[in-house]
Amino acid sequence: MTGIIIISLIAIVILFLGLYKLDKAIVPLAVAALLAAITSYALAWNTNIYYFNNMLFVDNFAILFSILTIATTILILLLSPGYFEKISSNVAEYVALILFSLVGVLCMVSYNNFSMLFIGIEIMSISMYIMAGIRKKDLASNEAALKYFLMGSFATGFLLFGIALVYGFTGSFNLETISTLVMESGGQAAALFVAGILFMIVGMSFKVSAAPFHFWAPDVYDGAPSLVTSYMSSVVKTASFAAFIRMFIVAFAGVIHIFTPTLWALAAITIIVGNVIALYQDTFKRMLAYSSISHAGYMLIAILALGPDSGNAIFYYAVAYSIASVSAFAILIKVKALKNSESFDAFNGLAKNNPKSALALTISMCSLAGIPLTAGFFGKFFIFTIAINQGFYWLVGLAILNAVVAFWYYFRVIIAMYMKSPSSDEKIEYGFSYKLVLWIAAIATLLFGLLPGILSGLL
Amino acid sequence: METIVQNIQTVPLNNYIILSSVLFVIGVLGVMIRRNAIIVFMSIELMLNAVNLLLAAFSAFRGDPAGQIFVFFIMAVAAAEVAVGLAIIVMIFRNTRSIDINFLNRLKG
Repeated sequence: MTGIIIISLIAIVILFLGLYKLDKAIVPLAVAALLAAITSYALAWNTNIYYFNNMLFVDNFAILFSILTIATTILILLLSPGYFEKISSNVAEYVALILFSLVGVLCMVSYNNFSMLFIGIEIMSISMYIMAGIRKKDLASNEAALKYFLMGSFATGFLLFGIALVYGFTGSFNLETISTLVMESGGQAAALFVAGILFMIVGMSFKVSAAPFHFWAPDVYDGAPSLVTSYMSSVVKTASFAAFIRMFIVAFAGVIHIFTPTLWALAAITIIVGNVIALYQDTFKRMLAYSSISHAGYMLIAILALGPDSGNAIFYYAVAYSIASVSAFAILIKVKALKNSESFDAFNGLAKNNPKSALALTISMCSLAGIPLTAGFFGKFFIFTIAINQGFYWLVGLAILNAVVAFWYYFRVIIAMYMKSPSSDEKIEYGFSYKLVLWIAAIATLLFGLLPGILSGLL
Repeated sequence: METIVQNIQTVPLNNYIILSSVLFVIGVLGVMIRRNAIIVFMSIELMLNAVNLLLAAFSAFRGDPAGQIFVFFIMAVAAAEVAVGLAIIVMIFRNTRSIDINFLNRLKG
């Protein structure tokens, strides 16, 4: 809670820094504020305090996801020096918008009342609509902003209709009150209630870009500036999943058996669509967009197999995915700046001129693919374990098959880097903070891949 | 206030549910069928207002003010969305001289 206040205040201060042309101080101040916010969340560990008349509940689940999203935002802000300056001189607005959207994210991961979920999603999304369109003259960026905006509000409409129906049946927006009512009804549910939850699932599926509600995601991820895409595909996605699973863990745990077929189909379609279409992509950025859809499918399995370990499995997966995704986008930004292309060919021979960047990208690709010794492997492992314990053998079989298919498109870029010859001898120049992010990402990926116990027992 | 709640209750709850469902479906169809960005945007607002109507009706029938408070939240947030959404549409109109969303198909694959 202190974290939310710190970040909101510092975002306003940053707007003033922009007004007084103190651009150099913006990123350091933002990073310092985010570190302070992480500390305040870490100090609240195991305290389980309610805020705002039970509308926010900062439990350990909320704290873990808050720290993860704030830490990912720090990595993304460390990549930003020199990036936003190329787009416009108003850097302060962009950093402030990212921080405002982070405030929404923090509400989303700790909500205990559907009004807080709605407010959180909107605070996060409205900032991101603007961020997707910050290249005002670029038609791709325009298109991304409009699609994101229209589909985002469309999804919000579904979510709200679901909330209204659930409210009509239970008479409350409070998750714990709803949970008590659900438990009293003993697993039986009225049509109104079931319809309400289905609408909410549709709304959240739009937000996490699960197929068949994914069609906006590739265009938006492709058209938005790469740094904004990395924020969308890591922080926004993590927060949406945290909100999605919190809804089921706290409120609807008693009736989830009614939605097993729905969630099963969503997960299966998402995994297949994401992986198969990713095979046919020519550009690295669009491949990452489809791969992020397939990752949404894997995380849906953890919601489907809801149990005491689900929150932890999704957390581990989100950690692995966020870190790998940020480092992949970091390299993509540099390669794009050098070769002015996002296709796989732009990565040809990267290992010859820039062995360290090639190594960092290889580690992140291995983690996304789920190769052992990287964090991504244990992310998939934990999710598949809880699904097998609950008897979803067919779905896990399908998911493993698709994970093998995914090797093809992740390894395509590794092959391009190591096997093909470069078109020029130019080297990529990295600033200090850029190197720091790549080192942190690579070390964290390997560390969590070798010692999964660090994170797996927290929830 | 009491009389308003009593007036709302003179119509059966099912009628409110049916009316707002119809409005919601009109909004969804509008988003899917119409190609003018402003009309699509209006359809989304129609969806949100269908939800507002539903929440107000439930709130009156249950005698619980939380639903009406939620309506205020939705209206405030919808206003913020309008500000950002219209700005995006104006930005696109300046670049393409059109607000037809079929024009926007540069991103494919």
